[in-house]
Amino acid sequence: MSAANLLSIRHVGKHFGGLHVLQDVSFEVPAGSIYGLIGPNGAGKTTVFNLITGLLTPSAGSIDFQGASLIGQQAHEITHRGIARTFQNIRIFKEMDLLENVMVGMHEHLNYGPLALLLNSGACRAAEKRARERALELLSWVGLDHKADMLADNLSYGDQRKLEFARALATEPKLLLLDEPVAGMNPSEKTILMEEINNIRNRGYGVFMIEHDMRFVMGLCDRIAVLNFGRIIAEGTPDEVRNNPEVIEAYLGKEDAA
Amino acid sequence: MLEQQLLNALTLGSVYALFALGFTLVFGVLAVINLAHGAVFMVGSYAALAMVSHLNAPLWVAMLGAMLGSGIVGLLVDVLILKPLRARNAPHLAPMIATIGVGIMLTSSAQGLFGAEVLRFPEDILPAGEFLVGGVHVRALEIAIVAIAFLLMAVLFITLKRTQLGRALRAIAESPKAAYLLGINVEGLFHVTSFVTAALGGIAGVLIGLNFNAITPQMGQPMLHKGIAVIILGGMGDIRGALIGGLFLGFAEVISKAYLSSQMGDAVAFGLLFLILLVRPSGLFGRKLERKA
Amino acid sequence: MEWFNDFWSTYSTLVFTVGVHALLALSIWLTLSCGLLSLANAAFMGIGAYVAALLTVNLEWSFPAVLLAGAVTPALVALLIGAPVLRLSGVYLAMATLAFGEVVRITILNLEITGGPEGLNGIPLVTEGWHIVLILAVTIYSLARLRRSKVGRAFEAIKEDEIAARLMGINVDRYKLLAFTLGAFIAGLAGALNAHFTFFISPREYGFENAVDILTMAVLGGTTTLIGPMLGGSILTLLPELLRSLHDFRSLVNGAVLILVVLFLPKGIWEPRRIRAFFSRNKGDQA
Repeated sequence: MSAANLLSIRHVGKHFGGLHVLQDVSFEVPAGSIYGLIGPNGAGKTTVFNLITGLLTPSAGSIDFQGASLIGQQAHEITHRGIARTFQNIRIFKEMDLLENVMVGMHEHLNYGPLALLLNSGACRAAEKRARERALELLSWVGLDHKADMLADNLSYGDQRKLEFARALATEPKLLLLDEPVAGMNPSEKTILMEEINNIRNRGYGVFMIEHDMRFVMGLCDRIAVLNFGRIIAEGTPDEVRNNPEVIEAYLGKEDAA
Repeated sequence: MLEQQLLNALTLGSVYALFALGFTLVFGVLAVINLAHGAVFMVGSYAALAMVSHLNAPLWVAMLGAMLGSGIVGLLVDVLILKPLRARNAPHLAPMIATIGVGIMLTSSAQGLFGAEVLRFPEDILPAGEFLVGGVHVRALEIAIVAIAFLLMAVLFITLKRTQLGRALRAIAESPKAAYLLGINVEGLFHVTSFVTAALGGIAGVLIGLNFNAITPQMGQPMLHKGIAVIILGGMGDIRGALIGGLFLGFAEVISKAYLSSQMGDAVAFGLLFLILLVRPSGLFGRKLERKA
Repeated sequence: MEWFNDFWSTYSTLVFTVGVHALLALSIWLTLSCGLLSLANAAFMGIGAYVAALLTVNLEWSFPAVLLAGAVTPALVALLIGAPVLRLSGVYLAMATLAFGEVVRITILNLEITGGPEGLNGIPLVTEGWHIVLILAVTIYSLARLRRSKVGRAFEAIKEDEIAARLMGINVDRYKLLAFTLGAFIAGLAGALNAHFTFFISPREYGFENAVDILTMAVLGGTTTLIGPMLGGSILTLLPELLRSLHDFRSLVNGAVLILVVLFLPKGIWEPRRIRAFFSRNKGDQA
């Protein structure tokens, strides 16, 4: 089963001192799929992302990507292995223009050494040219290529999200982690992004997202895991999850009691 | 003799602690590393000297005057420089660089006004009297210094822990935005903190000036470095840390000067600082540098 | 020619100093471009100056060898302390580098071989104008190439958001070490050059005040481009000369400059975007 699975999370736990943020979290993200992680606020979803990308180390359990363990790897090494990520609070580079932002994502794929760099050799110039072209291409995927020279700080909120998306793609990931990709977007922007994520999947990328917008998640994801108070309470297809009584209680339980 | 050295260490350490307290309070409440704190220390010393020499004021009046003078300098820095930077949401380094500038301006102004030579308090102004306690020579001056330093620190501690003002300051240290939403006058308290911490720096300057009976325009610089060493050692923003760190540094310095060599004493502060930063940047009690908005 | 000869004999040292200060400002620009506030560059300059001077005076090495040694030694020191020190960020890093600088200064002050507080005398006047110009030109070229490459983008990314940079695949620790070490190399080179036209060096020239001077040059001139630090270096070197009568107030001016720049010109004098905006606004008025 693991061979077909891109990402394998098994019995992962995370605690800070006495505070248990995650307990016995297990699920598998299959290759070529769109996987969703939902749950009420504070359930621990972003912590899962932080563990996968190496910003935190799990207190227990294993995290395997394409069969190899990610635990103990540094963040940039994990990115080299093929995992890219966007953030809940957008983290674009505000003082750079869009093109440069995306080109940063290509960092490890630009293979020229210091000598080539200093002498501005043909190899260096060719690599930079290729990078620029690829960056423009990625910007066109999200409809931002006409703004390539704009300062990232001057973009609208929705455009900044799109930029982050393009930048993540620039790292040539096999798995894309999206942390609330449509937060703050209007319905038409959401529809566009939905289409784009589908295209991405069809191009062969795996997608793993955290989202609150139920319609977005249910409409897009092949499988969904539900996190509540640090534990997985359900896992399955959108229909299975939608009708799971524990999930319903987790989201609506308080209103019922009130 | 060891007991003598311990007394020296206590005297020196209590003033280091007082100085560091002001420094760490500014960091805790305003989230600014005030690199002008050393200069303010120097200003207090000169202010007291000027009052004693030219206005014939008694020492205790000069001390209060020094606190007032330094406090006003601190307040001006906050109103004229730090406040506009806050309004602009300037990056962390900006206020730090600006306070470097303030420190330099104050130091060169002092040099221009008073000259670079070492000045001294008039003999008759210093508390006279020496006691022999168990073989140790205790000067009345040292008793006064330790008493004043600890008195001020006690007042500060009690204010912070037991009063409404103290609670408000601690709330701001946690999160200025939350404090603001609770109805706390954050800007006003920033001004108050700037005034009080500068005043504390100023009185520390007077105490050190009295202890060594030497006042120079450059006296703030090494003091600033020691203050930095103390709060790194004790943890930035932590009050207990400043107290313990200050006493510890006084102790370490006096002992190494007595038993190693004079130059080593100075290097001790920096070597210690460097090592602490490498091993445990948050110090003994410190907390994270970035706080919630 | 007569006029120029007179001018040169009076002011050659000043011109050389401008060149050296430009190098120093560039060295701190490099660390700032990676988001590192390092106050150690004056100490690195000092290490370079002393190593170079001692090699010339005691071992009579050739000038190129001495320059190389003066540049490589502080770079090695930077490499040594870099790994632990660069784990610190922002203010902690500034403190650590400040402390390191003081440790270096006190060490030089207390060693016999360096001449202690009296400094080192009798350094042969070997530096020629073309040395400085050549080294400055190569440095500017190299830094300009660096800026336009993936390394420059990596530095910029680290400066803006270290975590995002890591997640984009940038080995942040390695790049910070690169900026730090390269900055030390340039500062050491500047120190070695400087020692060989000032005849005499002392520990007092490489302390906290000098580190602040260098920082002021970069902050004043602007850190957006390479021109900024050089402009700042030139202004802060020439200004005290122009205001000869205010010699004592040089520090006062320095301090005032820092405050005013931070308040009113946060990105320094030479800030292309603001300058461009200014010109396009004027064009608009004429239209």
